[in-house]
Amino acid sequence: MSRIRALVLRAAGTNCEHETAHALEAAGAAPAILHLKEIQAAPDPLDEAAMVVFPGGFSYGDDLGAGRIQAEEIRATFLEPLQALVRRGGLVLGICNGFQVLVKLGLLPGPIPGQKPGQKPDQKPDSGPTESSNPSVSLTWNNSGRYEDRWVHLEVSARKSPFLAALSERIHLPVAHAEGKFVVRTPAILAGLEAGGQVALRYVDPEGNPAGFPWNPNGSTGHVAGITDATGRILGLMPHPERNAAPLHHPSPGRGNRRERPDGLAFFMSAVDSLRRGL
Amino acid sequence: MHLNASRRVLVEVANHPRFPDPHAEEALQEALQEALQEAPASGRLPGLTAIRLVRTYDLSGAGLEREGALDTARSLLADPVVEALSLEGPLRFPEGDPAAVVWIRFHPGVMDPVGLSAEGALKRRGYEGIRVVTGQKVLLYGAGSFEADRVRSLVARTLANPVVEEILLGPEIPPPHKAPTPYRFQRVEVDLLGADNARLEAINQAYQCSLNRVEMAAIRDFFKAENRAPTDVELLTLAQTWSEHCKHKTFRSCIEMDGEVIDGLLQSTVFQATRTLNRPDCLSVFKDNAGVIAFDDDHGIAFKVETHNHPSAIEPYGGAGTGIGGVIRDVLGTGLGARPFLNTDVFCFAPTDMDPADLPRGTLHPRTLLRGVVAGVRDYGNRMGIPTASGALYFEKRYVGNPVVYCGCLGILPRSMVEKAARPGDRVVSIGGRTGRDGIGGATFSSVQLTSESEVVSATSVQIGNPIMEKRVMEGLLRARDEGLYHAVTDCGAGGLSSAVGEMGEDLGARVELSEVPLKYPGLSAAEIWLSEAQERMVLAVAPGNMPRLHAIMDLEGVEVSDLGHFTDDKRLRLTYEGQEVCDLPMAFLHDGAPSVRRKATWTQPEVPEPVIPEGEDMDLNKVLCRVLAMPDIASKEWVIRQYDHEVQGGSVVKPLQGTACEGPGDGVVVRPLLSSPRGVAVASGMNPHQGDLDPYHMAVNAVDEALRNLAAVGCPPDRAALLDNFTWGNPDRPEVLGALVRASRGCHDAAVAFGAPFVSGKDSLNNEFAHEGETITIPCTLLISAMGVLDDASVAVTLDLKGPGNRLYLAGWTRCELGASHLHLLHGAAGGRIPRVDLNRAPVLLDRAASTVRQGLALSAHDLSEGGLAVALAEMAFSGGMGVEVDLDRIPVPEGEALRPHEALFSESPTRLLFEVSETKAEALEAHWADLPLACIGTTREAEILIVRDGKGKSILEAPITDLKKAWQTPLI
Repeated sequence: MSRIRALVLRAAGTNCEHETAHALEAAGAAPAILHLKEIQAAPDPLDEAAMVVFPGGFSYGDDLGAGRIQAEEIRATFLEPLQALVRRGGLVLGICNGFQVLVKLGLLPGPIPGQKPGQKPDQKPDSGPTESSNPSVSLTWNNSGRYEDRWVHLEVSARKSPFLAALSERIHLPVAHAEGKFVVRTPAILAGLEAGGQVALRYVDPEGNPAGFPWNPNGSTGHVAGITDATGRILGLMPHPERNAAPLHHPSPGRGNRRERPDGLAFFMSAVDSLRRGL
Repeated sequence: MHLNASRRVLVEVANHPRFPDPHAEEALQEALQEALQEAPASGRLPGLTAIRLVRTYDLSGAGLEREGALDTARSLLADPVVEALSLEGPLRFPEGDPAAVVWIRFHPGVMDPVGLSAEGALKRRGYEGIRVVTGQKVLLYGAGSFEADRVRSLVARTLANPVVEEILLGPEIPPPHKAPTPYRFQRVEVDLLGADNARLEAINQAYQCSLNRVEMAAIRDFFKAENRAPTDVELLTLAQTWSEHCKHKTFRSCIEMDGEVIDGLLQSTVFQATRTLNRPDCLSVFKDNAGVIAFDDDHGIAFKVETHNHPSAIEPYGGAGTGIGGVIRDVLGTGLGARPFLNTDVFCFAPTDMDPADLPRGTLHPRTLLRGVVAGVRDYGNRMGIPTASGALYFEKRYVGNPVVYCGCLGILPRSMVEKAARPGDRVVSIGGRTGRDGIGGATFSSVQLTSESEVVSATSVQIGNPIMEKRVMEGLLRARDEGLYHAVTDCGAGGLSSAVGEMGEDLGARVELSEVPLKYPGLSAAEIWLSEAQERMVLAVAPGNMPRLHAIMDLEGVEVSDLGHFTDDKRLRLTYEGQEVCDLPMAFLHDGAPSVRRKATWTQPEVPEPVIPEGEDMDLNKVLCRVLAMPDIASKEWVIRQYDHEVQGGSVVKPLQGTACEGPGDGVVVRPLLSSPRGVAVASGMNPHQGDLDPYHMAVNAVDEALRNLAAVGCPPDRAALLDNFTWGNPDRPEVLGALVRASRGCHDAAVAFGAPFVSGKDSLNNEFAHEGETITIPCTLLISAMGVLDDASVAVTLDLKGPGNRLYLAGWTRCELGASHLHLLHGAAGGRIPRVDLNRAPVLLDRAASTVRQGLALSAHDLSEGGLAVALAEMAFSGGMGVEVDLDRIPVPEGEALRPHEALFSESPTRLLFEVSETKAEALEAHWADLPLACIGTTREAEILIVRDGKGKSILEAPITDLKKAWQTPLI
């Protein structure tokens, strides 16, 4: 059986590429780590790739806001090949900083069915909300105003994404970020995302109910932890599946918690399996 | 829009009012808190109701005139959903007109990483020639009296640090900084030849050489023999190379202590232990930037810990950030380069609840220091993608003017790359950040004619880090390493290029052309370039034929490569600036010419009678336990730990926050540096600055014991561990301070030999004192022992939290009445008492047995007893596991003839003790395993969430709900 080729893209400040590649490999994919510059130089950069992953980190130091500079670089040089990959059935995944990149790039959530296409965003602070929908969402500073690393419980709210297709209803992963609070331009946008099955993951408490801090670690609107585009081929999430991809990753061992197939590994296996079956 | 004549655009960005801005809210809370607490009339702003924070980007340069430049800037600089942006005048907010406007921006010459990132992003989009200077605009709203002085004072204490930032009152946009004046070369000679002692001292002061009279005279005599005057560069190079920081003069000097002569303290104590043990797994000890031990057949582990006290005292954020950045470079510069996989940090401050009125002039409040230092380590370590997972915090009032900031780093490298040596003909290559006046004592250079007049001088003794630059350097360096492109590497740390090139070329000789060094801004003199401590730079020795490939790799990462000269075989250090010679010194004199110093030391054992604790026998143990748990040395460090990415790289196995709710305090951490290997590295530390006043010898032995029992708790035995020593001490010119250092060093030696755990690296930081109103505050003897060890199988390690009801709880090790410097005493302000002592005959066997207990799977949980003794350890295991425990004090192992009262049994800080939770089925095997050693079952775990302690007669003497204990323990640090 041919191995699923996954490109893990890095830029200055990306720092989760090795463990992400390791988890992909454990899930049966054939990952390769490449610098964005190497990719941009190639004639058909995503040739043969079935999956492109933007891993976590601090691309360009988050210096102008998390993911912003990398998003601008991709917009200028690399957007079209990514969209082509999605059109031919490939997957795009953004984890943490990678999610921030995909959001700032506008690939997530992308056009929302039933919503009017966006107008140029209004940036005057005293003029109130506008009707525009693109960019419709963002990821901004945690309510705490600080970087925080903690394990969270997540509900799989929609299964459009092949990464989520085979997951159990609730999963356990760590988050580690400063700018992970999901916000929407207007409430209607969140409703549209929900209606379209684009809200993929939500923060919940250990009993599975929506709850406040620390269960919702950053104050995300609608407890949203991850979203997809309308097709489900593009997924972004703040939690780190690659950090719960080996039995030893679990933070409280000794209670039967060290399972052979932890949630993060199941996440990558689900996608690899789905790509293999041509779904 | 039209550009104004000066081609300058000020961009304002702020959170859109419909989204709350947590930073502005925090600033307001801090400002209000300051106003309440501090109360000097000058700093209060009654009537302050709101704060808005605006990020400013001051864009200038010809590049702005290009079509689309401003649109690109707009899309780069703000988030269109969350933020508002204005290119045309000030942003307006619903609050209306602010009562005061304050601008904050870096002093010229201070590193501005965000500005550099923005410039880089614009450049990559085709907009070259745009300079970006970042800043902040603070809008204060309210109806009170907003006098300029008050506003400035408040901002200086909450939002800005005047050491690195200027505070300008608005509303007008402040004018841009003047461009620095270019440097015109001038050879400076120091008139040293005929100097008498007074003149030597004057020169020493003027150039801030920090050398003593004998050393200055040795330099004079050398140049007399050469028949020429030294240049400024030569004098400063010698001063740097001979400095305490680089040479460790005190540790290498000859010490006369109470009639005894110690020739080389380091050699005869710490290093002697390593020689005695001669362990084959020690691959590199005390010679490289970090010590290296074997990990497996193919890899070694490098570990280094450094201090960054003084910079952190004046600019905690930048100081701590560059502290961690520097120690990471040490690891990158060990052997041919190690890949960092774990950071450690240990800090000492004055108590954070200190009354601001008691704060000596010129010091920052410990709260401000703690907040800034943690943020500095967080932002640097997290951005480097290295988990910061092991550490500790200590609080003592003598740290008020001189906090202690230890930063450590571990890395992994192939065993074939542990050795390095530059070769004649290799290029001297620097990679990484540009050189500015960072780290150069501003006063040094402004008081003598070393530099062209420049406004850049003032703020430069403080360093601000640029972690993304270091991350790029790391990636490029490790790739070049794997391709074998260089023969040697070292980091630019203290002394900058002077010590990096000086060290690498010690056995060879080197020639460097200083004008080849890329600068952040013009105006640096030859001496400044050579001595600058600008961050994020490494020096490589590269065979000329490998230069093209090195360039290609570094280009990919966006790292600048500079070819500065070459290594020779003439054993001379020769420097030129635009071809004109500024230094020509024999390496032999540079490295071995310093005359050895003879120092006096003395030690008198202080009389320390057992103090009487006010509450004595009648103390309410429930209450006392809660109070001890809330003491900041003991209380939860979750606020700190969560701000660090302690799980990046995916290798963490035993994490710093443990238990059912991931809140419990772990002992050692265990990390797998290679995801493909089951092996783990266990890391822990030991320290107790409170004990130094009683006896530094036992303090040191206890610190070694503590570090090693933390490792034992996760399964690593002492004789597979290796140690690091970091001494942070007062002024060694005072015999009693030096005497304490000698005692502590001897404790290190004896403990290391007894445990079979060698020292592989260390560092000392002396003269940690603070002068205040004619009085000198010397910090406590602050010895940090860091320990690392290799676990063949990381999965054997256990955590501290209780795992289930109905299990047995065993206590291993003797408990004695050893309350000297204990937290029970500290709580009652009681000094003196019997200092805990390690039985060096039994302790190694006991810790070895503890480790094998864990490795053989006999224990479900393990926890060492340290600060707060048995009571604190029990409480921590219980609330971390979310269950209760019931113990009988009468059953704890006590040596013959020792009778303990309950508060002594509960709070004694006797070393070499651990608690184990053991299932009924394993109890027999455990007892057999410990047959010849002190171990007893002292109680059982219970579903009921209560900690119950009974005396021998079955009477309950302590009975506390674990939620109360946890609540006390979670008392906020700041």
